Amino acid sequence: MIGVLQFPGSCDERDALLACERVTDARLVWHEETDLSGLDAIVVPGGFSYGDYLRAGAIARFAPAMEAVRGFAEAGGPVLGICNGFQVLCEAGMLPGALLPNEGLRFICRQAELEVVTTRTAATTACEPGEVLSIPVKHMSGRWFAPPELRAELEAKDQIVFRYADGANPNGSIANVAGVCNEAGNVVGLMPHPEHAVDPLTGSADGLKLFESLVRARVAAAA
Amino acid sequence: MKARVLIRPKEGILDPQGKAVERALPALGFEGISQVRVGRLVELEVENGADLDGLCQKLLANTLIEDYEIQMPDGSSASRPGTSGSEAG
Repeated sequence: MIGVLQFPGSCDERDALLACERVTDARLVWHEETDLSGLDAIVVPGGFSYGDYLRAGAIARFAPAMEAVRGFAEAGGPVLGICNGFQVLCEAGMLPGALLPNEGLRFICRQAELEVVTTRTAATTACEPGEVLSIPVKHMSGRWFAPPELRAELEAKDQIVFRYADGANPNGSIANVAGVCNEAGNVVGLMPHPEHAVDPLTGSADGLKLFESLVRARVAAAA
Repeated sequence: MKARVLIRPKEGILDPQGKAVERALPALGFEGISQVRVGRLVELEVENGADLDGLCQKLLANTLIEDYEIQMPDGSSASRPGTSGSEAG
């Protein structure tokens, strides 16, 4: 069973729920819930939690459910943050770096080519190394940033998970980074929206691989 | 008493909002203005002993990308300059 968080202002939780349901059971987790027992993985979905006031994700990180998610992650549980969910996990210090407003100052909504840099994480075991996924981006603050010394550390520890194809970086993120993970690889965040790419009808089903990976991670964690 | 917290993008971090403002200046006839940076101002009512610095660190600023400066009504101020943040390289 995958839990999909829902904050006031989330808007992609239904698509994320439907995407999860293609690979396993799933349910929504309201932001005031603190009991995550029975859940094998957590998805923190996209949207504009708490209006994105102050900074995107800055207030959502203090939601009661997020304390529970922190404990879940520290125990090795797989957590996937998508777009606003990625921002929330960065603000919570569960993922490295920060998300800044897009270089071009515009809201971006388009398909993106995404290179899978590492397949060791809870969200990428179903992918091939170097595989290119076609997944849409739609965001205003997606410019991932980390100072040089932190970035070097992340590269050395294999924590860069996704990159935009060279020359097709939509937001000006540093080193084309689109997604990162924590050191253990069980917490992953990315700006693009795999939950919007789960059926050929909408152009691509590549995003399913991330949800399939979460299910595998659950099995691995239970073993 | 009323305190003010100024939050700015760290030096070296690209500020597209500031750049957009700066690019608009010549067309509006403003000359001799450059290096525009746009930040945030938070005004708060605080009691003595309130941990304003802790609040800045925990919520008001993201110190990976932002610096903050606390201004008290008696004119004292405390600021946290960047420890990192160069986008070069």
